[in-house]
Amino acid sequence: MAQQAQMELGSGPAIARPRVGQTGWALIGVSPFLVFAFMFLILPTMYLVVGAFQDADGNFTFGNLADLFQPSIRSAYWISIKVSLASAIGGALVGFFLAYAGVMGGLPGWIRPTLMTFCGVASNFAGLPLAFAFLATLGRTGIVTVLLVKYFDFNIYSTGFNLLSFWGLALTYLYFQIPLMVLILAPALDGLKREWREAAEILGANSFHYWRHIALPVLWPSLLGTTILLFANAFGAIATAYGLTGSSLNIVTILLYAQIRGDVLHNQNLGYALALGMILITGFSNGLYIWLRSRSERWLR
Amino acid sequence: MKQSRFGAWLAIAIGTIYFIVPLLATFEFSLRMRRGEYSFDAYAVVLGDPRFQASFLYSTFQAAATIIVGALLVVPTAYFIRLRLPRLRPIVEFITLLPLVIPAIVIVFGYLRLYNSSSWIPLTATTRTSDLLLTFSYVVLALPYMYRAVDTGLRSIDVRTLTEAAENLGAGWSTIMFKVIFPNVKVAILSGAFLTFAIVIGEFTMASLLDRPAFGPYLQLIGANRAYEPSALAIIAFIVTWACMGLIQLFGRGPATAKR
Repeated sequence: MAQQAQMELGSGPAIARPRVGQTGWALIGVSPFLVFAFMFLILPTMYLVVGAFQDADGNFTFGNLADLFQPSIRSAYWISIKVSLASAIGGALVGFFLAYAGVMGGLPGWIRPTLMTFCGVASNFAGLPLAFAFLATLGRTGIVTVLLVKYFDFNIYSTGFNLLSFWGLALTYLYFQIPLMVLILAPALDGLKREWREAAEILGANSFHYWRHIALPVLWPSLLGTTILLFANAFGAIATAYGLTGSSLNIVTILLYAQIRGDVLHNQNLGYALALGMILITGFSNGLYIWLRSRSERWLR
Repeated sequence: MKQSRFGAWLAIAIGTIYFIVPLLATFEFSLRMRRGEYSFDAYAVVLGDPRFQASFLYSTFQAAATIIVGALLVVPTAYFIRLRLPRLRPIVEFITLLPLVIPAIVIVFGYLRLYNSSSWIPLTATTRTSDLLLTFSYVVLALPYMYRAVDTGLRSIDVRTLTEAAENLGAGWSTIMFKVIFPNVKVAILSGAFLTFAIVIGEFTMASLLDRPAFGPYLQLIGANRAYEPSALAIIAFIVTWACMGLIQLFGRGPATAKR
C-alpha cells in the first residue's frame, strides 16, 4: 500500500484533439482491461455487497447488517479498529520524527538515502515473515525476551505483555507502518520552504511559533491523511496477525478468513455483510485520505 | 533558531534499534538449530525441502504470469487513455485504485462465491483454472502499482509523435504497440514487475483461500510446525524483498525517487 502515496491523482495534460488513428481501435484496445476489471474486481465485490442485503432465500433484508452488532462480531471489529488506530497513530508519530530527522535534521548526507531505501524495503516486509521475525525476537522464547531475563532479570511477559495480543500486534504492525509514514511524509517535509522559516525568524518567531503557525498548518493534511492511510493499511491486513496468533485473535480479517474457510457464522450472507463492513471502513478512510491529499498538494508544488 | 542535532540523532538511533534488533534477533535465532553452536542447519533444511523448492518455484511462475498478463492489460490501456481516450482517464484511475481500497480477502471471497464449481464460470473446479484465477487475483493486487508505473513511463516519452511517426512509416497498431510502445516503457514495466514480484512471492491470503501450493501457504505451514526454520525463511524473505527493491532502484528512477 506504500505506493498509493506516490500515486498522483492529478492527471497529466490531456491530449486535446487526436489526429492519428481512430477512436474505434482505442476502444478495442481498452476493452480487455475494462472487461477484466469488471469480472475480477467489480463483479465479485458487487456480489458480496448485494448478498449482504439478502437472506438465505434471496429476499431483501437488513438483518445481516443488524447481525453485525452481535457481541462477537462487534468485538472483532472493535479490536481491529483499536489495533489499526494504535499502529496508525504510533506509526505516524514515530515516522514523523524519523522523517523529520532524515529530511531536516541536519544530519550527514548519506542518512537520508539510506533511510529511504530501508523504508522502501521495510514497508514491503510484511505478512508471515514479519510475524516470524517478531516471534523470534519478542516471543516467549524470543531472544530479546530471553536476554532481558538473563541480564536484567526482567520478564516482559510478567508485566502482562504478550506478543500474541493487542499490544504485541500493534508493535509488530509498526514495522511496516513507520516506514510507510516516512516514505509518504518525506516529500511533504521537502515542501516546507526554507524561506518560510527564515521569514518567520526575521519577524522574531522562535521554533515553537514557527511550528505552531507555519509548519503544522501546512503539514496537517499530510499528517492526518497519512495516519488515515496507515489505519486502512492495518485494517485490511491479515497475514501478519495470522502468522503471529494463528486464528486465536478475534480481529475482523481473521474472522472473515475463518468464515470463508468453514462458515463459522453459520450464515453465508452474514459473511457478506462482514465483508461489506470492511469495504465501508477502508473505503471511507481511503476517501478521506484522497481528499486530504488534494488539500496538502497545493503547498507541495 | 539553532537547530539541535541531538533530537535528530536520537530519532534515528531509536528507529535503527527498532528496525535492526528484530532482524538481528531473527538471524541469530535462525542459526541456533544445532545445540550449543551456531550453524546454517535451518537454512540447509529449508532450502533442501522439496516443498520449499516447489512452492517457491510455483510463486515465481505466478509472479511471471502476473507480470505478463498485467503488462498486456495495462500498457495498451494506459497508451490509449493517454493518446485517444482522455475522458476515460478518471474512470480507469479509479478502477486501478480500487484494489487498495477493497481488502484482498474480500476480493477473493467474491471469487469463491462467483466462480465456484457450481457457478456459471467454474474457475475453481480444476487445478489449471484455479491457477489462472490466482494469476488474475495477483494482477488485480498489482494493478495500482503496474498502472502507475506504466503511466509515469508513458508520460516521459512523446507518445503522440512516436505514434504518428510509426503510422507514417506504415505501421499497424500492433506494430506500434509491440515494437514502439512496449520497448519504450520497458523500464517502467520492469520496476512495476519487481514490485509485483515482491508482492506475489509472499502473498498468503489469496493463495491459501484458493488452495494453491504457493510460497505463502508454505510459510504458514512451516511457521505453525517448526521452531528454527521460520526464522531462516523470514531472513530469506527479507533478502528477496531487499533484492527486488534494489533492482527497482537499479533499473528505475534516480535516488530522488527512492520511494518508488
